[in-house]
Amino acid sequence: MSGEVQAAAVLGDLAGSEARDPGSRPPRRRRIGLGDWLLPAYTIIAFVFLLIPIVYTFVFSFNDSLKSNISWRGFTFDKWLNVCNVEGGAVCQAFGNSIVIGIAATVIATTLGTMIALALVRYRFRARSAISLLLFLPMATPEVVLGAGLAAQFLAVGVPKDMTTIILAHTMFCISFVVVTVKARISSLDPALEEAGRDLYGSPAQVFWRVTFPLLTPGILAAALLSFALSFDDFIITNFNSGSVSTFPKYVYISASRGIPAEANVIASAVFLFALALVVVAQVSRTARAKRLAQLG
Amino acid sequence: MPAGAFAERGADLELVGIQKRFPGFTAIDELDLTIPAGSFFALLGPSGCGKTTTLRLVAGLEEPTRGRILIGGVDVTDTKAHERPVNTVFQSYALFPHMSIIENVSFGLKRRRIADAAGRAHEALRLVELDHLAQRRPQQLSGGQQQRVALARAIVNRPALLLLDEPLGALDLKLRRQMQLELKTIQEEVGLTFLHVTHDQEEAMTMADTVAVMNKGAIEQMGPPAELYESPRTVFVANFLGQSNLFSGDVVDSTGTAITVDAAGARLVVPTARARRHQGSVTIGVRPEKVALHREAPVESAERNVLGPGHVIDVSFSGVSTQYLVTVPGVGTLTVFAQNIGSGPVAAEGAEVWVSWDVAHGFGLDDDADSAPRFAADDDTESIAVHRREALVAELEEH
Repeated sequence: MSGEVQAAAVLGDLAGSEARDPGSRPPRRRRIGLGDWLLPAYTIIAFVFLLIPIVYTFVFSFNDSLKSNISWRGFTFDKWLNVCNVEGGAVCQAFGNSIVIGIAATVIATTLGTMIALALVRYRFRARSAISLLLFLPMATPEVVLGAGLAAQFLAVGVPKDMTTIILAHTMFCISFVVVTVKARISSLDPALEEAGRDLYGSPAQVFWRVTFPLLTPGILAAALLSFALSFDDFIITNFNSGSVSTFPKYVYISASRGIPAEANVIASAVFLFALALVVVAQVSRTARAKRLAQLG
Repeated sequence: MPAGAFAERGADLELVGIQKRFPGFTAIDELDLTIPAGSFFALLGPSGCGKTTTLRLVAGLEEPTRGRILIGGVDVTDTKAHERPVNTVFQSYALFPHMSIIENVSFGLKRRRIADAAGRAHEALRLVELDHLAQRRPQQLSGGQQQRVALARAIVNRPALLLLDEPLGALDLKLRRQMQLELKTIQEEVGLTFLHVTHDQEEAMTMADTVAVMNKGAIEQMGPPAELYESPRTVFVANFLGQSNLFSGDVVDSTGTAITVDAAGARLVVPTARARRHQGSVTIGVRPEKVALHREAPVESAERNVLGPGHVIDVSFSGVSTQYLVTVPGVGTLTVFAQNIGSGPVAAEGAEVWVSWDVAHGFGLDDDADSAPRFAADDDTESIAVHRREALVAELEEH
């Protein structure tokens, strides 16, 4: 498009300058503009840069490796088929712990966070704005500080470090994200909808479960997904508060010093593929619904 | 009303000494109002006059600072919104976006565990001629259709009292006219008490049996639309409900049947029965369509008030009628509506004219054109502090 415009401008220039002194003709500049190739090239490079680690992880999950998984030794499905048979199933154990911690922290953080968000938007009480502000702190504080602080606290109180302390730590930082996400959703809700519920003989509980909650569901789901993702790949805070319990990121970090086994690649790839599948399914169903709506309307 | 029961017909609504104060201002002050069962009652006023607050108080969505609310003789002041035999058609319709139309309409019935909720909901949808769209979602409907669903969702519950909060405001003119007729028909059909809140004076007059004009938190005048229009009581009513030509002056003569007012040299006569005050300085008026335009000085007569000569300063043609602005030296500018019975305007811009009207059409008002505001401003330090705080909190929330 811009090339055509340029060409037209150049041709117009030529036609106009014929009558003039040929010596004063401007130099011809019919070239591909910088923008025509620089942006696509830059984009491709950026994507390649982003995708290389993922592709590497995926490819090396099929490597017939021995101890370390650095050089390519041949293709095999073994690692995918026998994920849990290495080192007494340590990878799977760590992965299972991560899932349990993720689910527990997500459920607790989403429940508490939604309640806090509702209270902050809907009610007026003392120190409301102070609480709003304090909720941002876990997001703003460096994870090292949070993790070390928590660890010191658990030590001072005398709580032994195990799954529970990890879940507590994860819940703490997930709540902030849940509150922020759900608050945005509540603020965009038309208060007349809940009033209509009350007006139509709905008791406070009925109005909440039949009107407010369904309308907040997209926000709450988004918050839960975010919480799970944050919890699942958290390493720093976990490392401070886990004691001897292993999680997937912790396992990968520790084994990195002596060579990450290909089984870790298998799990990482599987998680990635699962997330990708979720996104694709969500997109497809959304498109299908939009099409259906368009047909009805 | 016990759960599961229907109101067989509308109920009286009684507001006794209602006051509603918000931090920093008073929305309603000492409101007494009785709406008889089965009537179509309109609360008419400009925005901020307290009409929507009144409606929300009746619905139970706000609590009065003082006063009692009675529905069908039962004090409901302390009952919650969901326990009152009242339903509302909201200004934004407030249809539940996550439910189909039929689920929306049967919501109230299901909450009260009324048998055959689906059947009754379909019946209500048939009443508003939307039964064929029962399975759709609200966002797939046009504004007019959503408005009708909101109406069906409210009347399906057969409330003793139906509250309408400017439900036609978002519709275009043609649809609004159509919906006004439909609403009126439905009200007569089901025999419920309707309380309609609006700022549209034409809508209030066409639909309601009784109109109450509200201003600054109090009712200025209440009565059948024609009565309100023909003999307004205050300057506000005279100007808000239609247009008026108003004149101020001292009463110079008073017989048993009429008073004479000296308005800047012109002597204007108003029947005593149609004047609220009979001595001292008064404000009188006449509706623009009652005023006739003359090219020559009309014959003096005891039956007509005559002003002039003056000049036409503006002519605007609007099809059915033509509006003239006539300025009479000393008296001021008058608006005259003339029906276009003949062809072409009676007078062109700049023409010298006289105006006259039948003495019986004039009215005398209770207050003066420049009367003081009803509320003393809430400017004591405490309320200013409260107001400032609220504003700050609201501002903080935005960020």
